[in-house]
Amino acid sequence: MIRFEHIVKRLAGRNVLDDLSFEIRKGEVFVIVGPSGTGKSVTLKHMVQLLRPTSGTVWLGDESVSDADGRDLERLRERFGYLFQGGAMLGWLTVAENVALPLEEKTDLPEDEIAKRVHEALEMVDLEDAADQYPAEISGGMQKRAGLARAIVRRPEIVLYDEPTSGLDPVTARTIDRLIQHLNRDLGVTSVVVTHDMQGALSIGHRVAMLHGGRFVEVATPKAFAASACPEVQQFLEAQYITRGNFFVEGGTK
Amino acid sequence: MITREPFEYPENASRLECLVLAARESMADTGRAVLLGVRAIRMLPDLRRPKARAEFMRQMYICGIESLPVITVVALFTGMILAFQTGIELRRYNQEVYIGSAVMVSMLREMAPFITGLILGACVGSAMAAQLGTMTVNDEIAALEIMSIDPVRFLVTPRMAAMMIMTPILSFYTCMLGTLGGGVIGTTQLNVPWAQYMSNAMEFARAKELFVGLVKALIYGIIITTISCNEGLTATQGAVGVGQATRRAVIISFLLVLIVGYFVTRFFY
Ligand SMILES: Nc1ncnc2c1ncn2[C@@H]1O[C@H](COP(=O)(O)OP(=O)(O)OP(=O)(O)O)[C@@H](O)[C@H]1O
Ligand SMILES: [Mg+2]
Repeated sequence: MIRFEHIVKRLAGRNVLDDLSFEIRKGEVFVIVGPSGTGKSVTLKHMVQLLRPTSGTVWLGDESVSDADGRDLERLRERFGYLFQGGAMLGWLTVAENVALPLEEKTDLPEDEIAKRVHEALEMVDLEDAADQYPAEISGGMQKRAGLARAIVRRPEIVLYDEPTSGLDPVTARTIDRLIQHLNRDLGVTSVVVTHDMQGALSIGHRVAMLHGGRFVEVATPKAFAASACPEVQQFLEAQYITRGNFFVEGGTK
Repeated sequence: MITREPFEYPENASRLECLVLAARESMADTGRAVLLGVRAIRMLPDLRRPKARAEFMRQMYICGIESLPVITVVALFTGMILAFQTGIELRRYNQEVYIGSAVMVSMLREMAPFITGLILGACVGSAMAAQLGTMTVNDEIAALEIMSIDPVRFLVTPRMAAMMIMTPILSFYTCMLGTLGGGVIGTTQLNVPWAQYMSNAMEFARAKELFVGLVKALIYGIIITTISCNEGLTATQGAVGVGQATRRAVIISFLLVLIVGYFVTRFFY
Protein backbone atom coordinates (compact mmCIF):
# COMPACT_ATOMS: atom_id res chain seq x y z
CA MET A 1 0.00 0.00 0.00
CA ILE A 2 2.80 2.38 0.95
CA ARG A 3 5.90 1.67 -1.10
CA PHE A 4 9.35 3.27 -0.77
CA GLU A 5 11.40 2.97 -3.92
CA HIS A 6 15.13 3.60 -3.54
CA ILE A 7 14.65 6.55 -1.22
CA VAL A 8 17.72 8.62 -0.51
CA LYS A 9 17.36 11.55 1.87
CA ARG A 10 20.23 13.89 2.52
CA LEU A 11 20.01 15.96 5.69
CA ALA A 12 22.67 17.86 7.59
CA GLY A 13 25.41 16.68 5.24
CA ARG A 14 24.77 12.94 5.37
CA ASN A 15 22.44 10.43 3.82
CA VAL A 16 19.95 9.79 6.62
CA LEU A 17 18.00 7.42 4.38
CA ASP A 18 20.26 5.62 1.96
CA ASP A 19 18.55 3.67 -0.80
CA LEU A 20 15.66 2.56 1.39
CA SER A 21 13.08 0.31 -0.29
CA PHE A 22 10.17 -1.51 1.30
CA GLU A 23 6.43 -1.95 1.09
CA ILE A 24 3.74 -1.78 3.75
CA ARG A 25 0.72 -3.94 3.06
CA LYS A 26 -2.87 -2.90 3.48
CA GLY A 27 -4.27 -3.74 6.90
CA GLU A 28 -0.94 -4.50 8.49
CA VAL A 29 0.79 -3.21 11.61
CA PHE A 30 4.30 -2.36 10.46
CA VAL A 31 6.71 -1.53 13.25
CA ILE A 32 9.94 0.37 12.71
CA VAL A 33 12.59 0.22 15.42
CA GLY A 34 16.11 1.54 15.50
CA PRO A 35 18.54 3.62 17.51
CA SER A 36 17.93 7.31 18.14
CA GLY A 37 18.74 9.58 15.22
CA THR A 38 18.71 6.94 12.49
CA GLY A 39 15.85 8.54 10.61
CA LYS A 40 12.70 6.80 11.80
CA SER A 41 10.77 10.06 12.07
CA VAL A 42 12.24 11.13 8.75
CA THR A 43 10.90 7.91 7.19
CA LEU A 44 7.40 8.59 8.52
CA LYS A 45 7.50 12.18 7.30
CA HIS A 46 8.20 10.96 3.77
CA MET A 47 4.92 9.04 3.76
CA VAL A 48 2.91 12.26 3.88
CA GLN A 49 5.37 14.50 2.06
CA LEU A 50 6.36 16.50 5.09
CA LEU A 51 9.80 15.84 3.68
CA ARG A 52 10.65 15.09 0.07
CA PRO A 53 13.22 12.51 -0.90
CA THR A 54 16.50 13.65 -2.41
CA SER A 55 15.98 10.84 -4.90
CA GLY A 56 13.53 7.98 -5.23
CA THR A 57 9.75 7.88 -5.00
CA VAL A 58 7.21 7.14 -2.29
CA TRP A 59 4.03 5.51 -3.56
CA LEU A 60 0.63 5.25 -1.97
CA GLY A 61 -1.21 2.65 -4.02
CA ASP A 62 -0.36 3.77 -7.53
CA GLU A 63 -0.08 7.47 -6.72
CA SER A 64 3.23 9.14 -6.10
CA VAL A 65 3.25 10.86 -2.72
CA SER A 66 6.55 12.63 -3.24
CA ASP A 67 5.35 14.41 -6.39
CA ALA A 68 1.77 15.20 -5.38
CA ASP A 69 0.73 18.79 -4.79
CA GLY A 70 -2.33 20.97 -4.36
CA ARG A 71 -5.62 19.13 -4.17
CA ASP A 72 -4.02 15.74 -4.86
CA LEU A 73 -1.71 16.09 -1.89
CA GLU A 74 -4.59 17.20 0.30
CA ARG A 75 -6.61 14.15 -0.76
CA LEU A 76 -3.68 11.84 -0.06
CA ARG A 77 -3.03 13.37 3.34
CA GLU A 78 -6.69 13.08 4.28
CA ARG A 79 -6.25 9.32 4.30
CA PHE A 80 -3.64 9.59 7.03
CA GLY A 81 -3.65 10.21 10.74
CA TYR A 82 -0.29 11.22 12.16
CA LEU A 83 0.79 11.10 15.78
CA PHE A 84 3.83 13.32 16.08
CA GLN A 85 6.70 12.44 18.36
CA GLY A 86 6.07 15.48 20.56
CA GLY A 87 2.28 15.45 20.32
CA ALA A 88 2.26 18.75 18.39
CA MET A 89 -0.85 20.14 20.09
CA LEU A 90 -1.73 23.78 19.48
CA GLY A 91 -1.01 25.68 22.68
CA TRP A 92 -3.92 28.12 22.64
CA LEU A 93 -6.64 25.51 22.21
CA THR A 94 -7.84 23.10 24.86
CA VAL A 95 -7.33 19.38 24.41
CA ALA A 96 -10.92 18.94 23.21
CA GLU A 97 -10.64 21.86 20.80
CA ASN A 98 -7.39 20.46 19.48
CA VAL A 99 -8.98 17.10 18.84
CA ALA A 100 -12.02 18.74 17.26
CA LEU A 101 -9.89 20.87 14.96
CA PRO A 102 -9.66 18.53 11.95
CA LEU A 103 -13.43 17.99 12.09
CA GLU A 104 -14.26 21.66 12.61
CA GLU A 105 -12.05 22.87 9.81
CA LYS A 106 -12.43 20.17 7.19
CA THR A 107 -15.90 18.67 7.58
CA ASP A 108 -19.47 19.96 7.68
CA LEU A 109 -20.48 17.79 10.62
CA PRO A 110 -22.93 19.43 13.02
CA GLU A 111 -21.56 20.58 16.39
CA ASP A 112 -23.13 17.78 18.44
CA GLU A 113 -21.76 15.11 16.11
CA ILE A 114 -18.30 16.67 16.42
CA ALA A 115 -18.61 16.80 20.20
CA LYS A 116 -19.65 13.15 20.22
CA ARG A 117 -16.72 12.03 18.12
CA VAL A 118 -14.26 14.09 20.12
CA HIS A 119 -15.56 12.54 23.29
CA GLU A 120 -15.26 9.09 21.76
CA ALA A 121 -11.68 9.69 20.69
CA LEU A 122 -10.70 11.09 24.08
CA GLU A 123 -12.31 8.14 25.76
CA MET A 124 -10.26 5.76 23.66
CA VAL A 125 -7.03 7.30 24.96
CA ASP A 126 -8.46 7.64 28.46
CA LEU A 127 -8.31 11.42 28.53
CA GLU A 128 -11.89 12.62 29.02
CA ASP A 129 -10.94 14.31 32.28
CA ALA A 130 -8.37 16.54 30.62
CA ALA A 131 -10.69 17.66 27.82
CA ASP A 132 -10.87 21.26 28.97
CA GLN A 133 -7.24 21.70 29.92
CA TYR A 134 -4.60 23.37 27.80
CA PRO A 135 -1.68 21.33 26.46
CA ALA A 136 0.78 23.21 28.68
CA GLU A 137 -1.19 22.13 31.74
CA ILE A 138 -0.99 18.39 31.11
CA SER A 139 1.97 16.02 31.19
CA GLY A 140 4.02 14.95 28.19
CA GLY A 141 2.44 11.52 28.16
CA MET A 142 -1.02 13.04 28.23
CA GLN A 143 -0.10 15.38 25.39
CA LYS A 144 0.98 12.39 23.37
CA ARG A 145 -2.32 10.64 24.03
CA ALA A 146 -4.17 13.81 23.06
CA GLY A 147 -2.15 13.80 19.84
CA LEU A 148 -3.24 10.24 19.28
CA ALA A 149 -6.88 11.18 19.80
CA ARG A 150 -6.50 13.94 17.21
CA ALA A 151 -4.83 11.54 14.77
CA ILE A 152 -7.70 9.06 14.88
CA VAL A 153 -10.69 11.37 15.27
CA ARG A 154 -11.12 11.68 11.51
CA ARG A 155 -11.15 7.88 11.24
CA PRO A 156 -8.32 7.70 8.77
CA GLU A 157 -7.43 4.68 6.73
CA ILE A 158 -3.75 4.74 7.70
CA VAL A 159 -2.29 5.94 10.99
CA LEU A 160 1.37 6.78 11.46
CA TYR A 161 2.44 6.59 15.09
CA ASP A 162 5.75 8.23 16.00
CA GLU A 163 6.70 6.71 19.35
CA PRO A 164 3.17 6.35 20.72
CA THR A 165 4.32 4.82 24.01
CA SER A 166 7.54 6.61 24.87
CA GLY A 167 7.22 8.67 28.01
CA LEU A 168 4.21 6.67 29.18
CA ASP A 169 4.07 4.45 32.23
CA PRO A 170 4.06 0.72 31.40
CA VAL A 171 0.36 0.29 32.12
CA THR A 172 -0.72 3.18 29.89
CA ALA A 173 1.78 2.04 27.27
CA ARG A 174 0.07 -1.35 27.08
CA THR A 175 -3.32 0.40 26.85
CA ILE A 176 -2.07 2.34 23.84
CA ASP A 177 -0.69 -0.86 22.31
CA ARG A 178 -4.11 -2.43 22.70
CA LEU A 179 -5.73 0.63 21.15
CA ILE A 180 -3.46 0.35 18.12
CA GLN A 181 -4.38 -3.32 17.83
CA HIS A 182 -8.08 -2.56 18.22
CA LEU A 183 -8.01 0.08 15.48
CA ASN A 184 -6.16 -2.31 13.25
CA ARG A 185 -8.27 -5.40 13.84
CA ASP A 186 -11.72 -3.94 14.18
CA LEU A 187 -11.54 -0.94 11.89
CA GLY A 188 -8.93 -2.20 9.44
CA VAL A 189 -6.57 0.71 10.00
CA THR A 190 -3.19 0.19 8.37
CA SER A 191 -0.65 1.20 11.00
CA VAL A 192 2.97 2.22 10.91
CA VAL A 193 4.46 2.36 14.38
CA VAL A 194 7.85 3.83 15.22
CA THR A 195 8.99 2.77 18.65
CA HIS A 196 11.89 2.00 20.95
CA ASP A 197 9.78 -0.31 23.03
CA MET A 198 10.64 -3.83 21.85
CA GLN A 199 8.03 -5.52 24.05
CA GLY A 200 5.33 -3.45 22.39
CA ALA A 201 6.84 -3.83 18.95
CA LEU A 202 6.98 -7.60 19.12
CA SER A 203 3.52 -7.98 20.55
CA ILE A 204 1.55 -5.68 18.24
CA GLY A 205 3.56 -5.81 15.00
CA HIS A 206 2.73 -8.04 12.08
CA ARG A 207 6.17 -7.25 10.76
CA VAL A 208 9.03 -5.51 12.51
CA ALA A 209 11.77 -3.64 10.69
CA MET A 210 15.07 -2.44 12.05
CA LEU A 211 16.41 0.81 10.57
CA HIS A 212 20.16 1.15 10.72
CA GLY A 213 22.50 3.22 8.59
CA GLY A 214 19.72 4.46 6.35
CA ARG A 215 18.33 1.02 5.48
CA PHE A 216 16.36 -1.79 6.98
CA VAL A 217 18.86 -4.37 8.17
CA GLU A 218 16.04 -6.73 9.10
CA VAL A 219 12.35 -6.95 8.19
CA ALA A 220 10.59 -9.95 9.69
CA THR A 221 7.63 -11.24 11.66
CA PRO A 222 8.02 -10.69 15.41
CA LYS A 223 9.04 -14.29 15.95
CA ALA A 224 11.65 -14.30 13.24
CA PHE A 225 12.77 -10.84 14.31
CA ALA A 226 13.40 -11.96 17.86
CA ALA A 227 15.41 -14.85 16.52
CA SER A 228 17.32 -12.75 14.01
CA ALA A 229 21.01 -13.35 13.61
CA CYS A 230 21.63 -9.74 12.63
CA PRO A 231 24.06 -8.24 15.20
CA GLU A 232 22.32 -4.84 15.38
CA VAL A 233 19.00 -6.53 16.09
CA GLN A 234 20.54 -8.78 18.74
CA GLN A 235 22.16 -5.82 20.42
CA PHE A 236 18.88 -3.94 20.44
CA LEU A 237 16.96 -6.86 21.89
CA GLU A 238 19.54 -7.67 24.54
CA ALA A 239 19.58 -4.07 25.68
CA GLN A 240 15.92 -4.53 26.59
CA TYR A 241 16.47 -7.92 28.24
CA ILE A 242 14.69 -9.84 25.53
CA THR A 243 16.53 -13.06 24.80
CA ARG A 244 16.50 -14.72 21.45
CA GLY A 245 13.15 -16.17 20.48
CA ASN A 246 11.54 -15.62 23.84
CA PHE A 247 9.34 -12.59 24.35
CA PHE A 248 6.22 -11.55 26.12
CA VAL A 249 3.01 -11.52 24.11
CA GLU A 250 -0.38 -10.28 25.22
CA GLY A 251 -1.68 -12.98 27.50
CA GLY A 252 1.40 -15.13 27.86
CA THR A 253 4.91 -16.03 26.81
CA LYS A 254 5.46 -17.51 23.40
CA MET B 1 6.58 28.09 1.19
CA ILE B 2 7.32 26.17 4.35
CA THR B 3 10.79 24.71 4.52
CA ARG B 4 11.72 22.11 7.04
CA GLU B 5 15.35 21.68 6.22
CA PRO B 6 18.15 24.17 6.70
CA PHE B 7 19.79 25.42 3.54
CA GLU B 8 22.98 23.53 2.82
CA TYR B 9 26.00 24.14 0.65
CA PRO B 10 27.31 21.21 -1.33
CA GLU B 11 30.43 19.77 0.28
CA ASN B 12 32.96 20.56 -2.43
CA ALA B 13 31.66 23.98 -3.44
CA SER B 14 34.25 26.69 -3.90
CA ARG B 15 33.96 30.08 -2.19
CA LEU B 16 32.56 31.63 -5.34
CA GLU B 17 29.96 28.93 -5.76
CA CYS B 18 28.92 29.36 -2.14
CA LEU B 19 28.52 33.08 -2.71
CA VAL B 20 26.35 32.52 -5.76
CA LEU B 21 24.28 29.92 -3.93
CA ALA B 22 23.84 32.21 -0.92
CA ALA B 23 22.67 35.03 -3.16
CA ARG B 24 20.24 32.72 -4.90
CA GLU B 25 18.94 31.38 -1.61
CA SER B 26 18.36 34.84 -0.19
CA MET B 27 16.48 35.80 -3.32
CA ALA B 28 14.40 32.66 -3.07
CA ASP B 29 13.68 33.54 0.54
CA THR B 30 12.57 37.03 -0.45
CA GLY B 31 10.32 35.48 -3.06
CA ARG B 32 8.82 33.13 -0.50
CA ALA B 33 8.16 36.02 1.87
CA VAL B 34 6.42 38.08 -0.81
CA LEU B 35 4.34 35.09 -1.85
CA LEU B 36 3.38 34.47 1.76
CA GLY B 37 2.23 38.06 2.18
CA VAL B 38 0.22 37.99 -1.04
CA ARG B 39 -1.44 34.70 -0.14
CA ALA B 40 -2.30 35.86 3.36
CA ILE B 41 -3.93 39.00 1.98
CA ARG B 42 -5.79 37.10 -0.72
CA MET B 43 -7.31 34.90 1.95
CA LEU B 44 -8.64 37.81 3.99
CA PRO B 45 -12.26 37.07 2.93
CA ASP B 46 -11.90 33.79 4.81
CA LEU B 47 -12.21 35.76 8.05
CA ARG B 48 -15.93 36.00 7.47
CA ARG B 49 -16.20 32.45 8.77
CA PRO B 50 -17.28 32.57 12.41
CA LYS B 51 -14.61 30.00 13.33
CA ALA B 52 -11.84 32.13 11.91
CA ARG B 53 -13.13 35.23 13.66
CA ALA B 54 -12.17 34.10 17.15
CA GLU B 55 -8.50 33.91 16.24
CA PHE B 56 -8.75 37.24 14.44
CA MET B 57 -10.18 38.90 17.54
CA ARG B 58 -7.44 37.39 19.68
CA GLN B 59 -4.82 38.83 17.35
CA MET B 60 -6.51 42.23 17.39
CA TYR B 61 -6.27 42.19 21.14
CA ILE B 62 -2.62 41.14 21.10
CA CYS B 63 -1.38 43.73 18.64
CA GLY B 64 -3.79 46.50 19.58
CA ILE B 65 -4.53 46.48 23.26
CA GLU B 66 -1.39 44.81 24.55
CA SER B 67 0.96 47.22 22.85
CA LEU B 68 -1.06 50.25 23.96
CA PRO B 69 0.89 51.04 27.18
CA VAL B 70 4.31 51.16 25.56
CA ILE B 71 2.99 53.07 22.54
CA THR B 72 1.37 55.61 24.83
CA VAL B 73 4.60 56.34 26.68
CA VAL B 74 6.73 56.48 23.55
CA ALA B 75 4.23 58.69 21.72
CA LEU B 76 3.96 61.20 24.59
CA PHE B 77 7.70 61.47 24.98
CA THR B 78 8.34 61.73 21.25
CA GLY B 79 5.89 64.64 21.09
CA MET B 80 7.57 66.26 24.07
CA ILE B 81 11.05 65.85 22.60
CA LEU B 82 9.92 67.16 19.23
CA ALA B 83 8.30 70.22 20.81
CA PHE B 84 11.30 70.89 23.00
CA GLN B 85 13.89 70.54 20.25
CA THR B 86 12.07 72.67 17.73
CA GLY B 87 11.02 75.09 20.49
CA ILE B 88 14.62 75.81 21.48
CA GLU B 89 15.49 76.65 17.89
CA LEU B 90 12.32 78.63 17.20
CA ARG B 91 12.79 80.66 20.38
CA ARG B 92 15.89 82.24 18.84
CA TYR B 93 13.61 83.84 16.27
CA ASN B 94 10.71 84.38 18.70
CA GLN B 95 8.59 81.98 16.71
CA GLU B 96 7.71 79.49 19.48
CA VAL B 97 4.05 79.55 18.44
CA TYR B 98 4.98 77.41 15.48
CA ILE B 99 5.93 74.37 17.54
CA GLY B 100 2.31 73.22 17.19
CA SER B 101 2.63 72.87 13.46
CA ALA B 102 6.13 71.40 13.67
CA VAL B 103 5.01 68.66 16.02
CA MET B 104 1.76 67.99 14.21
CA VAL B 105 3.18 67.71 10.71
CA SER B 106 6.18 65.58 11.57
CA MET B 107 4.00 63.36 13.72
CA LEU B 108 1.33 62.89 11.08
CA ARG B 109 3.57 62.27 8.16
CA GLU B 110 6.59 60.54 9.59
CA MET B 111 6.98 59.98 13.29
CA ALA B 112 3.66 58.35 14.19
CA PRO B 113 3.80 55.54 11.62
CA PHE B 114 7.52 55.17 12.26
CA ILE B 115 7.08 54.75 16.01
CA THR B 116 4.14 52.43 15.50
CA GLY B 117 6.16 50.37 13.04
CA LEU B 118 9.16 50.06 15.30
CA ILE B 119 7.17 49.22 18.39
CA LEU B 120 4.90 46.72 16.69
CA GLY B 121 7.93 45.21 14.97
CA ALA B 122 9.67 44.81 18.29
CA CYS B 123 6.69 43.66 20.39
CA VAL B 124 4.27 41.98 18.03
CA GLY B 125 6.49 40.92 15.13
CA SER B 126 9.01 39.26 17.38
CA ALA B 127 6.25 37.42 19.21
CA MET B 128 4.79 36.22 15.91
CA ALA B 129 8.16 34.95 14.71
CA ALA B 130 8.85 33.23 18.01
CA GLN B 131 5.43 31.63 18.20
CA LEU B 132 5.29 30.42 14.61
CA GLY B 133 8.93 29.36 14.84
CA THR B 134 8.25 27.27 17.93
CA MET B 135 5.23 25.77 16.22
CA THR B 136 7.34 24.93 13.19
CA VAL B 137 10.12 23.17 15.07
CA ASN B 138 7.59 21.36 17.28
CA ASP B 139 5.87 19.89 14.20
CA GLU B 140 2.67 21.80 14.97
CA ILE B 141 2.71 23.37 11.51
CA ALA B 142 3.31 19.92 10.04
CA ALA B 143 0.32 18.66 12.04
CA LEU B 144 -1.85 21.38 10.51
CA GLU B 145 -0.66 20.41 7.06
CA ILE B 146 -1.48 16.76 7.63
CA MET B 147 -4.98 17.83 8.59
CA SER B 148 -5.04 19.82 5.33
CA ILE B 149 -5.44 23.03 7.28
CA ASP B 150 -3.51 25.68 5.41
CA PRO B 151 -1.14 27.30 7.94
CA VAL B 152 -1.26 30.54 5.96
CA ARG B 153 -5.02 30.76 6.13
CA PHE B 154 -5.19 29.49 9.68
CA LEU B 155 -2.34 31.46 11.24
CA VAL B 156 -1.02 34.20 8.98
CA THR B 157 -4.27 35.67 7.64
CA PRO B 158 -5.77 36.57 11.03
CA ARG B 159 -2.47 38.17 12.06
CA MET B 160 -2.28 40.06 8.80
CA ALA B 161 -5.83 41.37 9.14
CA ALA B 162 -5.29 42.40 12.76
CA MET B 163 -2.10 44.25 11.90
CA MET B 164 -3.65 45.94 8.85
CA ILE B 165 -6.41 47.30 11.02
CA MET B 166 -4.37 48.08 14.10
CA THR B 167 -1.35 49.85 12.61
CA PRO B 168 -3.32 52.79 11.14
CA ILE B 169 -5.38 53.09 14.31
CA LEU B 170 -2.34 53.01 16.55
CA SER B 171 -0.53 55.40 14.25
CA PHE B 172 -3.38 57.89 14.55
CA TYR B 173 -3.42 57.39 18.32
CA THR B 174 0.33 57.99 18.47
CA CYS B 175 -0.11 61.16 16.51
CA MET B 176 -2.75 62.53 18.85
CA LEU B 177 -0.79 61.66 21.96
CA GLY B 178 2.39 63.10 20.48
CA THR B 179 0.64 66.36 19.75
CA LEU B 180 -0.70 66.34 23.29
CA GLY B 181 2.77 65.76 24.69
CA GLY B 182 4.09 68.61 22.59
CA GLY B 183 1.35 70.85 23.94
CA VAL B 184 2.30 70.04 27.50
CA ILE B 185 5.89 71.07 26.84
CA GLY B 186 4.67 74.13 24.95
CA THR B 187 2.59 75.45 27.83
CA THR B 188 4.90 74.47 30.68
CA GLN B 189 8.35 75.09 29.23
CA LEU B 190 8.01 77.41 26.27
CA ASN B 191 5.21 79.75 27.34
CA VAL B 192 3.01 78.95 24.38
CA PRO B 193 -0.63 79.04 25.52
CA TRP B 194 -2.52 75.79 25.00
CA ALA B 195 -5.17 77.30 22.74
CA GLN B 196 -2.58 78.93 20.54
CA TYR B 197 -0.58 75.70 20.31
CA MET B 198 -3.66 73.73 19.34
CA SER B 199 -4.95 76.19 16.78
CA ASN B 200 -1.51 76.35 15.20
CA ALA B 201 -1.30 72.56 15.14
CA MET B 202 -4.76 72.12 13.64
CA GLU B 203 -4.15 74.77 11.03
CA PHE B 204 -1.29 72.76 9.55
CA ALA B 205 -2.91 69.35 9.90
CA ARG B 206 -3.82 68.57 6.32
CA ALA B 207 -5.79 65.58 5.15
CA LYS B 208 -2.94 64.64 2.86
CA GLU B 209 -0.45 64.36 5.72
CA LEU B 210 -2.87 62.19 7.62
CA PHE B 211 -3.47 60.05 4.57
CA VAL B 212 0.25 59.53 3.88
CA GLY B 213 0.82 58.61 7.51
CA LEU B 214 -1.99 56.08 7.57
CA VAL B 215 -0.91 54.51 4.28
CA LYS B 216 2.59 54.17 5.68
CA ALA B 217 1.31 52.56 8.84
CA LEU B 218 -0.75 50.10 6.80
CA ILE B 219 2.28 49.18 4.69
CA TYR B 220 4.38 48.73 7.83
CA GLY B 221 1.73 46.42 9.24
CA ILE B 222 1.82 44.27 6.12
CA ILE B 223 5.62 44.22 6.05
CA ILE B 224 6.03 43.30 9.72
CA THR B 225 3.47 40.50 9.55
CA THR B 226 4.91 39.09 6.33
CA ILE B 227 8.53 39.15 7.52
CA SER B 228 7.79 37.82 10.99
CA CYS B 229 5.52 35.02 9.84
CA ASN B 230 7.91 34.05 7.07
CA GLU B 231 10.83 33.87 9.46
CA GLY B 232 8.76 31.83 11.89
CA LEU B 233 7.50 29.38 9.29
CA THR B 234 10.99 28.81 7.89
CA ALA B 235 12.65 28.25 11.26
CA THR B 236 14.65 25.04 11.51
CA GLN B 237 16.88 23.41 14.08
CA GLY B 238 15.08 23.71 17.36
CA ALA B 239 15.29 26.46 19.94
CA VAL B 240 18.41 27.98 18.40
CA GLY B 241 16.60 28.28 15.10
CA VAL B 242 13.64 29.99 16.76
CA GLY B 243 16.01 32.50 18.36
CA GLN B 244 17.63 33.25 15.04
CA ALA B 245 14.27 33.57 13.31
CA THR B 246 13.07 36.06 15.92
CA ARG B 247 16.25 38.09 15.68
CA ARG B 248 16.11 38.21 11.91
CA ALA B 249 12.41 39.11 11.94
CA VAL B 250 13.05 42.15 14.15
CA ILE B 251 16.13 43.31 12.25
CA ILE B 252 14.56 42.97 8.81
CA SER B 253 11.33 44.64 9.97
CA PHE B 254 13.27 47.60 11.40
CA LEU B 255 15.33 48.06 8.26
CA LEU B 256 12.31 47.81 5.98
CA VAL B 257 10.30 50.25 8.09
CA LEU B 258 13.11 52.78 7.71
CA ILE B 259 13.74 52.23 4.02
CA VAL B 260 10.14 51.88 2.89
CA GLY B 261 9.19 54.94 4.98
CA TYR B 262 11.65 57.03 3.03
CA PHE B 263 10.39 55.83 -0.33
CA VAL B 264 6.73 56.34 0.52
CA THR B 265 7.47 59.92 1.53
CA ARG B 266 9.41 60.40 -1.70
CA PHE B 267 6.48 59.03 -3.65
CA PHE B 268 3.96 61.47 -2.18
CA TYR B 269 6.06 64.65 -2.07
N1 LIG C 1 14.41 18.98 9.52
C1 LIG C 1 15.64 18.49 9.62
N2 LIG C 1 16.67 19.23 9.23
C2 LIG C 1 17.94 18.75 9.33
N3 LIG C 1 18.25 17.56 9.79
C3 LIG C 1 17.27 16.76 10.20
C4 LIG C 1 15.90 17.18 10.14
N4 LIG C 1 15.13 16.20 10.63
C5 LIG C 1 15.98 15.21 10.97
N5 LIG C 1 17.25 15.53 10.72
C6 LIG C 1 18.41 14.68 10.95
O1 LIG C 1 18.10 13.39 10.52
C7 LIG C 1 18.51 12.42 11.45
C8 LIG C 1 17.39 11.49 11.78
O2 LIG C 1 16.39 12.17 12.52
P1 LIG C 1 15.06 11.49 13.02
O3 LIG C 1 14.30 12.53 13.74
O4 LIG C 1 14.39 10.79 11.91
O5 LIG C 1 15.61 10.40 14.05
P2 LIG C 1 14.77 9.29 14.79
O6 LIG C 1 15.20 7.99 14.23
O7 LIG C 1 13.33 9.61 14.74
O8 LIG C 1 15.34 9.42 16.26
P3 LIG C 1 14.52 9.45 17.64
O9 LIG C 1 14.35 8.03 18.02
O10 LIG C 1 15.44 10.14 18.56
O11 LIG C 1 13.26 10.16 17.40
C9 LIG C 1 19.06 13.16 12.65
O12 LIG C 1 20.44 12.97 12.67
C10 LIG C 1 18.73 14.59 12.42
O13 LIG C 1 19.86 15.39 12.72
MG1 LIG D 1 11.93 10.33 15.93
